[in-house]
Amino acid sequence: MTAVSEQVGAWLAPFTAQPPAAGWIQELREAGFRRFAEMGFPTTHDEDWRFTNVAPIARSKFRVRAADVLRTLPEGVEQLGLDEVRDHLGHCAGFDQNAFVALNTAFLNDQGLATVLRVPRGAVLESPIEITCEVNGGESGVAVNPRTLILVGANAQCSIVETHKGSGRYFTNAVTEIVAGDGAIVDHYKVTLEAPGAYHVGSTEARLGRSANYTTHSISLGGALVRHNVGAVLSEGTEATLNGLYIVNGTQHVDSHTTIDHAKPHGTSHELYKGILDGKASAVFNGRILVRKDAQKTDSKQTNKNLVLSEEAVIDTKPELQILADDVRCTHGATIGQLDAESLFYLQSRGIGKSEARRLLTYAFAQDIVDRIKVPELKDSLERMLVEKFHEHAQ
Amino acid sequence: MSLLEIRDLHATVGDREILKGIDLTVDAGEVHAIMGPNGSGKSTLAQVLAGRELYQVTGGQVIYDGNDLLAMSPEDRARAGIFLAFQYPVEIPGVSNMYFLKAALNTVRKSRGLEELDAFDFLSLVKEKMKLMEMDQALLNRPVNTGFSGGEKKRNEIFQMAVLEPRLAILDETDSGLDIDALRTVAGGVNALRGPERAMIVVTHYQRLLNHIVPDFVHVLSEGRIVKSGGKELALELEESGYAGLGIEDEEEAVGKV
Repeated sequence: MTAVSEQVGAWLAPFTAQPPAAGWIQELREAGFRRFAEMGFPTTHDEDWRFTNVAPIARSKFRVRAADVLRTLPEGVEQLGLDEVRDHLGHCAGFDQNAFVALNTAFLNDQGLATVLRVPRGAVLESPIEITCEVNGGESGVAVNPRTLILVGANAQCSIVETHKGSGRYFTNAVTEIVAGDGAIVDHYKVTLEAPGAYHVGSTEARLGRSANYTTHSISLGGALVRHNVGAVLSEGTEATLNGLYIVNGTQHVDSHTTIDHAKPHGTSHELYKGILDGKASAVFNGRILVRKDAQKTDSKQTNKNLVLSEEAVIDTKPELQILADDVRCTHGATIGQLDAESLFYLQSRGIGKSEARRLLTYAFAQDIVDRIKVPELKDSLERMLVEKFHEHAQ
Repeated sequence: MSLLEIRDLHATVGDREILKGIDLTVDAGEVHAIMGPNGSGKSTLAQVLAGRELYQVTGGQVIYDGNDLLAMSPEDRARAGIFLAFQYPVEIPGVSNMYFLKAALNTVRKSRGLEELDAFDFLSLVKEKMKLMEMDQALLNRPVNTGFSGGEKKRNEIFQMAVLEPRLAILDETDSGLDIDALRTVAGGVNALRGPERAMIVVTHYQRLLNHIVPDFVHVLSEGRIVKSGGKELALELEESGYAGLGIEDEEEAVGKV
């Protein structure tokens, strides 16, 4: 047996041990597993995974478990069964090119453990939909494949807070699909607070209707190895905003791969990702923007800013623009910098101690991402977490 | 004992020696003006006194209130009562002016053995000082110096000084970029802080500011040395005959000079 088939083989037993699902779901699972088996886990030879080595995940023997997901649903949200969403499931997050999505699909749970929700047409939700996946991995390690599909009806308005946390050793392989109808307003948050020994690979894929307004925030603070794929396909007049904040220390690694697909004309996208790196941590930002031939009058702006607090931290940042239309405006920029010596001196010259001054400036760097969070409870708790975190970093 | 005693101070930036032996004594209650052409070392002197690490002190001594100033960190100097009004106040997006000033005031107060001010007392103090500087209170909630006009930045410096109540204030070209009205306001703020316990070093290129902040002593700096000292009439003399009258080349006026 080759190494690849050995790695894949470890997942075969739990796959076949699942009770079979009804008709098309079982077929989808099998297709997922087949594709996973063909591809195996990616290596750093794959262009998409050049800077992220998932060997620690591929080599591990995890016990596969159903994800323990806590859902808080505001009034007006409908829970659906997996069997009701055949037309949508897997349409945003295709697994043809992504082994992790394929693996997640192979473990689709049809017993109500997958999160399948519908926000009816025109509904305006007063409070956020909260989806919290907590994994207690223990010492030997478990793997979970949480799956979420949210259908937001035309002209509906909602916010979604997805949180990932846990303890011990584990691997969360999450897939979230969001389908937003015409004119829908969706504000999505993915907060990754995984345990220090945890691996997290996630895909958040959105398909957005005409004139829909979609914002997704990816806040990544925890985990040993984290990879986020964030994708959005825009229609005519759609507005999409992708915000990201990653804060890493020690030997943490976080990789954000985003893809904005301007499929139709008059779409607008804004992307701002900020990173704070300390210790021997590393981060990757890869921002792909595709403007299809049809998508005239596209307006797209991408920014990635990194604050590097140590000598040994590493950031790889890369824009990837593919523009096939000719009447568009696309800008992109990336910066990598340290704390500004002049700002530090200014604060110190007013009596503020050096480590406090560093903390203040580090916090200030993240401030504009925090300010974009519209859910007050989330904003407050994040502010508190950041204050604690930067005390560490300032030392 | 003098409040500040600078003895034969030498400082470099990179390989370039900028201060080439400065001697200056400042007593409490005195206002000293330091004048000189661009590049003479005025701003370097101001920044070295505040503890900017960009400059290396290569010789000499500075005794402040009986202590070795050069051994102190910038924050300790501030806590001991030194205040530098920056020539170019730094913009710090993401940190509100209010938060910044409260943190600064409370650390300074703590080191002086005073109680920290609560939000209410802080606000009433700040309001009083803002009135003095004719500043818009909205500036408090804005990030430090971010999006401020040149004049607002300079007012903000003197406002901070009024709040922190230093023992030795160093004003680095506080007049540059100010129109006459702003200059009057800023000078008014400075004059309100003059007192027997407080000393000031006013660094300026032009005599203009010294019409409003009348110094006790004037020193002319050229090529890293004090070449002439006198009373306030020295500033007027410079106004009449320029630095050239003292045989000093003023780089700024030598247009086209490489």
